[in-house]
Amino acid sequence: MKVLVPVKRVIDYNVKVRVKPDQSDVDLANVKMSMNPFDEIAVEEAVRLKEAGTAEEVIAVTIGPEKAQDQLRQALAMGADRAILIETTETVEPLSVAKLLAKVCEEESPQLVVMGKQAIDDDCNQTGQMLAALMGWPQGTFASAVTKEGDKLHVTREIDGGLQTVALNLPAVVTTDLRLNEPRYASLPNIMKAKKKPLDKKSPSDYGVEITARLKTLKVTEPPKREAGIKVGSVADLVEKLKNEAGVL
Amino acid sequence: MPNIISRRDLDFLLYEMLDAESLTQKPLYAEHSREVFDQIMETAEKLGENVFQPIAALTDREEPVFNNGRTILPEETKEALDAYVEAGFPAMSFPEDLGGLQLPYLISQGVGATMGAANGNVSGYMMLTGAAARLIIAHGSDEQIARFATPMIEGRWFGTMCLSEPQAGSSLADIRTKAERREDGTYKITGNKMWISGGEHDLSENIVHMVLAKVPGGPAGVKGISLYIVPKFIPDADGNPGERNDVVLAGLNHKMGNRATVNTVLNFGDKGGATGWLVGEEGMGLAAMFHMMNEARIAVGLGAASTAYTGYLHALAYAKDRKQGRALDDKNPENPMVPIIEHADVKRMLLQQKAYAEGAVALCLTGARMIDDEKTAEDEAEKAHLNLLLELLTPVMKSWPSEFGPRANDQAIQVHGGYGYTRDYPVERLYRDNRLNPIHEGTKGIQGLDLLGRKVVMKEGAAMKALDAEIRKTLDEASGLEAVAAHADTLKAYWEKLAATTMQMAGQAAKAGPKAYLANATIYLDAFGHVVVAWIWLRQAIVAARAMEAGTGEQNFYRGKLQACRYFFAYELPSVTPMLELLATLDTTCMEMDEAWF
Ligand SMILES: Cc1cc2nc3c(=O)[nH]c(=O)nc-3n(C[C@H](O)[C@H](O)[C@H](O)COP(=O)(O)OP(=O)(O)OC[C@H]3O[C@@H](n4cnc5c(N)ncnc54)[C@H](O)[C@@H]3O)c2cc1C
Ligand SMILES: Cc1cc2nc3c(=O)[nH]c(=O)nc-3n(C[C@H](O)[C@H](O)[C@H](O)COP(=O)(O)OP(=O)(O)OC[C@H]3O[C@@H](n4cnc5c(N)ncnc54)[C@H](O)[C@@H]3O)c2cc1C
Repeated sequence: MKVLVPVKRVIDYNVKVRVKPDQSDVDLANVKMSMNPFDEIAVEEAVRLKEAGTAEEVIAVTIGPEKAQDQLRQALAMGADRAILIETTETVEPLSVAKLLAKVCEEESPQLVVMGKQAIDDDCNQTGQMLAALMGWPQGTFASAVTKEGDKLHVTREIDGGLQTVALNLPAVVTTDLRLNEPRYASLPNIMKAKKKPLDKKSPSDYGVEITARLKTLKVTEPPKREAGIKVGSVADLVEKLKNEAGVL
Repeated sequence: MPNIISRRDLDFLLYEMLDAESLTQKPLYAEHSREVFDQIMETAEKLGENVFQPIAALTDREEPVFNNGRTILPEETKEALDAYVEAGFPAMSFPEDLGGLQLPYLISQGVGATMGAANGNVSGYMMLTGAAARLIIAHGSDEQIARFATPMIEGRWFGTMCLSEPQAGSSLADIRTKAERREDGTYKITGNKMWISGGEHDLSENIVHMVLAKVPGGPAGVKGISLYIVPKFIPDADGNPGERNDVVLAGLNHKMGNRATVNTVLNFGDKGGATGWLVGEEGMGLAAMFHMMNEARIAVGLGAASTAYTGYLHALAYAKDRKQGRALDDKNPENPMVPIIEHADVKRMLLQQKAYAEGAVALCLTGARMIDDEKTAEDEAEKAHLNLLLELLTPVMKSWPSEFGPRANDQAIQVHGGYGYTRDYPVERLYRDNRLNPIHEGTKGIQGLDLLGRKVVMKEGAAMKALDAEIRKTLDEASGLEAVAAHADTLKAYWEKLAATTMQMAGQAAKAGPKAYLANATIYLDAFGHVVVAWIWLRQAIVAARAMEAGTGEQNFYRGKLQACRYFFAYELPSVTPMLELLATLDTTCMEMDEAWF
């Protein structure tokens, strides 16, 4: 089986995000960028499927600037076989990404797409679901375990209050949660080998997909500072405040 | 990276100052690219952050235990080293035909700085292993390389350096371990070795001891010293660890710091004699060892520098967080207290650490780049020039970080106030760890003797001339840059004064004798080191000033470099003046002090 793994270049999780002075966006100048952590988990899962003999080929794909090649190289160093860069400097929204990925799916016919449940930059949590809908494929989101049983893929999902296991027909889309696995380090010999693995460069127009943003950002601001808490005198006080001030009861 | 080392700064040093990318133009490193270097640094960073640093307090607290001839270490030590080996780091700087990755030494030292800052005590095993393998590759036979170096390049076997003995530390000429030739060409090794780092453990399948010993009846002193490979397990016909060799763990040394690297007392030949294989020729042991010293000593300096670096980052984070006191011109006690980083005195302590730590890392990486340049030099004159520079700067690269690194760690404790003095914060441990560095790999005193007694006078001062040419290159680069021009003038004055003092001392040496000439060699080493580091700071400042002129954003990062340079020139460099005055007179106060007068 062929596995497609979309990965995204995002601001590194260690970086303290700052807003640009003109409030147009967050400031990405000279900021460390990395592979979205959920996508690292997706790459790891795909590589494990390959190592287990379940998958034959793992293809990493990204939509982003030329520098997003770094993240593809990382995926290749972790064990992906080849990579596709769909190059654009535009901000691409989940629907555009899903449409592009759908085109890649049509071209590559993977049996499985494993991707992060969300990217830590805009936290959308939409792309996997949209892709499944566009392709008409089943989806197993927030996966904490993935096994192939016969011709079905069993996906254990993290849901409110517990775990749910679904059996999916293939081809399917799986989105990864944090506990699915612990991604490996790209080892030095594999970093060297990755250099020689094929990396195709495309553009959104190659796929005939229009990526113009549909959302307009009016303003980006820092989250408000947390105010100090207060001490309440009694349980009755607390209930009263929850009812009348917080409006949560 | 959380308070380990600044990747931004490493990138600045590797690429903006030392142009690591240009190394990929050389045939030796043509396989590599900036992307590969970045990814390797990335893996090192992750390993440091997720595996090495989190266990640093534990591997300090759980000191190695001696149990019936074996060393018991916390399991985490092995887990971390296994991860390091699995990632392929041990092979990084070895030649491709030996299974290595043939990375530039400079990049391997970028990795070394990262691991050293994360937990240098655990990564220390790998440093020793690399040095042991390099020694065999440089001086051993092909068979020895295949049998002993290859498993170390693969990280399956670890190595040690067995030089010191209880009665012979600095005085290696006085070692007593014996090597007697057997019929089959192997040697029977008997004797006691002291202070052997990584001498016994279960971290690897086998341990390859590189042992200095003397053949009985051979010449006295260093000319009688030979080098032997003495494995813990003698490899069988298939190259696997076989019969246990007669190397016995007699005890452990209980150290102030650096505890994760087990330090051992080893007995060779308690049960009739350990089997050793001669490396190179008889009598060439110490020379072979010293051949490898340049790289080992830079690595020690870099270890000291990176330990200072992580302490600095911890202090910086603490100072931003800790609120205490108010601005001196704020008389209102109702106002909230301010973070201590707002106090000038705390900024002074932080700048001092920044100047020492960043200066020391930059110094050692500069040396690493010189090693790559020497290896890849196409013409002989260039090679000879670099060789002279390395000869001269090696004692400085070993000693300056070892002296001023612990001082930075001392200031990191001070910034933490009372908390810094407790084991709840890492800074006291970092100080204890770093305090080793002026002692091993040649004490500071021995480095001073090496610099003043050998290096500055070698080949009629040729090494000094080589450094002079390098410094003048930097002065020329600085001349057009307003932000650094004044520093360039200052450096020029200090360098000329240092050179003049050196001439003055040498001029009196013949009459005063070597004892007086060398009596204050350690002070000379400090003065020399400060001038060299001022040069290194100027080089960083030039890069920063140009980047600021080009308006490459990140003004804060480059301003930080310029300010630290300014600090070094204003607060540190002037300390050299009284040292040079004292040195010029060949002052004999210390030398003439009588034991009875103490
Ligand atoms: C933690 C640790 C790890 C070590 N690891 C290793 C290892 O793996 N392998 C190994 O072989 N060794 C190792 N050593 C030994 C180390 O190299 C020696 O401790 C060092 O060379 C100094 O020798 P010494 O301790 O006998 O001190 P000494 O030589 O007794 O020196 C004591 C003092 O006298 C001064 N002094 C000595 N001789 C002179 C002189 N001629 N002129 C001026 N001053 C002098 C020294 O500078 C020093 O200040 C290690 C030591 C330590 C502490
Ligand atoms: C072993 C030990 C024993 C002790 N015993 C006692 C005891 O018996 N009784 C007792 O009451 N206390 C005791 N102390 C507390 C000790 O007096 C404090 O640790 C000390 O006063 C420093 O305070 P701090 O630790 O809160 O550091 P901080 O005040 O937080 O200082 C941190 C750093 O900031 C600097 N700094 C702070 N304010 C300013 C300022 N306004 N301007 C410039 N720099 C500033 C400091 O110089 C220091 O470098 C003890 C501490 C230790 C470690």
